[in-house]
Amino acid sequence: MSVQERTEERHLESSPAPAVSLVGIRKAYGDVVAVDGLDLEIPVGEFFTLLGPSGSGKTTTLRLIAGFERPDEGRVELGGADVTNRPPYARDVNTVFQDYALFPHMTVAENVAYGLRVKGIGKAERKARVEDVLRRMRLPGAGGRKPSQLSGGQRQRVALARALVNRPQVLLLDEPLGALDLKLRQEMQLFLKSLQQDLGITFVYVTHDQDEALTMSDRLAVFDRGRIEQIGSPAEVYERPASAFVAGFVGVSNVIERGGKSFAVRPEKIRMSDAGAEPARGEHAEAGRIREVVYAGMVTRYLVELDRGGELQVVRQNLETSSAEALDQQGRNVILEWRPEHQLEIDPEPGETEGEQ
Amino acid sequence: MSGRGTRVGLAVWSVLVIAFLWLPILIILAYAFNGSVLQTWPIQNLTFHWFHQAWHDPDVRSSLWLSVKVGLLATAVALVLGTAASFAIARFSFFGREAVSFLLLLPIALPGIITGMALNSFFYFAGISFSIWTIVIGHATFCVVLVYNNVLARLRRTSPSLIEASQDLGADGWQTFRFVTWPVLSTALVAGGLLAFALSFDEVIVTTFTSGAQETLPILILDHIERGQDLPVINAVVFVVIVLTVIPVVISQRLTHESGLVGTR
Repeated sequence: MSVQERTEERHLESSPAPAVSLVGIRKAYGDVVAVDGLDLEIPVGEFFTLLGPSGSGKTTTLRLIAGFERPDEGRVELGGADVTNRPPYARDVNTVFQDYALFPHMTVAENVAYGLRVKGIGKAERKARVEDVLRRMRLPGAGGRKPSQLSGGQRQRVALARALVNRPQVLLLDEPLGALDLKLRQEMQLFLKSLQQDLGITFVYVTHDQDEALTMSDRLAVFDRGRIEQIGSPAEVYERPASAFVAGFVGVSNVIERGGKSFAVRPEKIRMSDAGAEPARGEHAEAGRIREVVYAGMVTRYLVELDRGGELQVVRQNLETSSAEALDQQGRNVILEWRPEHQLEIDPEPGETEGEQ
Repeated sequence: MSGRGTRVGLAVWSVLVIAFLWLPILIILAYAFNGSVLQTWPIQNLTFHWFHQAWHDPDVRSSLWLSVKVGLLATAVALVLGTAASFAIARFSFFGREAVSFLLLLPIALPGIITGMALNSFFYFAGISFSIWTIVIGHATFCVVLVYNNVLARLRRTSPSLIEASQDLGADGWQTFRFVTWPVLSTALVAGGLLAFALSFDEVIVTTFTSGAQETLPILILDHIERGQDLPVINAVVFVVIVLTVIPVVISQRLTHESGLVGTR
C-alpha cells in the first residue's frame, strides 16, 4: 500500500462513517442462536468493549467483524463499506487471539512480519516496521527467539505487535489478558489503554471481566444470551444499569423488591449506622441485621439481612477500622441509608442473574 | 536415596538388557560380511561378496522392488487417510468420535494373524484375486494408525487459531497452506510416513495372508531360511532390510522431537 493510499485512508477515517457498524445481525449454529437482532455502531478511535458471560455472543460478534463467521442475516460494515461477504484476509482489521495463535515454527520477528510479507511489502520496510513495533511493545531484541522461548506476557505482546504492525483500521482483541496473572493483567490493561490512545486505532475488546471493561473502555456493550442488554460509558452502565442482569453482571448484584418493584443499590453508596440513630432526612432507610462480615484488605463487605425482606451488601473502606473491629460487627442491628438518586428501579427479570450460562 | 550399590546394580542390569536386545541383531549384521559359507564364530575373513551376489540375484531384486512398491503405496494411502482422520478427530466433535478413534487404533493392537486372516477371508469371499494391491490394503490397515497418531499429536499441540490468524493477517488460502499449515504439519507427516514405510517394509504375517504368488523381501528371507538355501546371500539381504527399517525410524524420532514446535498455549 502506497503512502498516498494510506493518507487517503486516514482522511476517510476522519469522516463520519463509523469504524464498525453491525446492522440487524443474526447468527445461529444449528438450533443454538449465538446472536440475534444485533445493532451496533462503533465510532473511529473508540475503545469499545463487548462484555458478557461465556456463551452470551460477544466472541461470535467479534468473529463476525473479523470475518471468521458470516451472519445468517444482517450486514457488517467497516469504515462505511459493506464487508459482509469479504473473507478475513480482505478486511482491514487484525485480531489478537485469546491463545495468541503465534506461529510456532517462526521466530518472533517472522511472526510479526507475516502480515507484511503476505502483502508483498519489501524486505527493508518490513524490517524497519517490525523493529519499530517490537520496540513499542517493549520487546527490543526478542526478534530472533521462538515463541516457545517466551513468557506468557511476552507472547501476549508479540501477538499485539503482529496485529498492530499492519496498521489496521480496527484492532480486535479476544480476551487477550485471560491467561495472565492478576498483576500482569492490571499492568497490561493500562498499557493497552495508553497504546490505544497513542495510536488512535479503534479497539474492539472482548472480555467477561467487568473490572477490565470498566477500567479500559470508552463505551461498552453488555451481552446476555445473544442480545445486547445495554450500551453506554462505564459510568452509565455502572450507575444506571438497564436491567437486573446488567446490575448483577456489572458490579455486585444488590437488588431488593419493594412494593412489587425491583431496585438496585450499589454497595458503596449505602451508609451504615447503628440501630437507633436518627435517619437523615430525604434518604431511604432500612433496618436490618449484619449476617456476615467479609474482610478483604482494603475494604470490608457486610451482608445485611433486612427486616422488610431481602438482603443487601454494603462495602466500607477500612480507613480507620481494624480487621478485629470489622469482624466484631457481625450480628449487630444496623440502619442502612442511601440517597434516592442512588436507588434505581430496574426491570425485574426473575431468575436471570449473573454467569448462569 | 539410592546407594552406590543400587546404582551399579541398575547400570549392570541396563547393559544386560540392551545387550539381550541388540546382540542377536549385531551378530546377524556381522554375518553379512562373513567370508565363509558356514555360519561359525568367530568370523574368519571379511567380504562384500554376498552383497554383490544378492544384488544380482533376480529373485532378490524382484522381491526388493515389490517391497519398496508396497511400502510406498501403503504409505501414500496411510498419509491421505491418516491425515484426514486426524483432522476430523482433532478439530470437530461429532457423534461416535471416540468410537472412530478406537477403531483407527485397533489394527496396531490386534495380532497381525487376526488382521491377516480376516482380510484373507474377506478377499476370498469378495472374489478379489490376491495381488500387490491386496498386500497394500493389508499394510495400510496398520500404516494409517502411524500417520494418524503423529498428525493428531501435532494438531493437539498447535493452536486451532493458527489458520485463522494467518487469514486475519492477510494471507489467502494458498499462502496460509504454504506458510503455516504445511510447515507446522510437514514434520509430523514425514515422521508418520517414514514409520509407516519401515513397518510395511519388514512386515511378514499380514503379508502371508494377503499375497498370492508375490514374495516381498521379508517373505523371501523367511522362505530361504526355512529351506536353508543361500544363507550367506540372505544375511546380506537381512542387513539391507535392517538398515532400511532403522534409518526411517531414527529420522522420524528426530522429526517428532524437533524443538520450537511446542504448543503456544
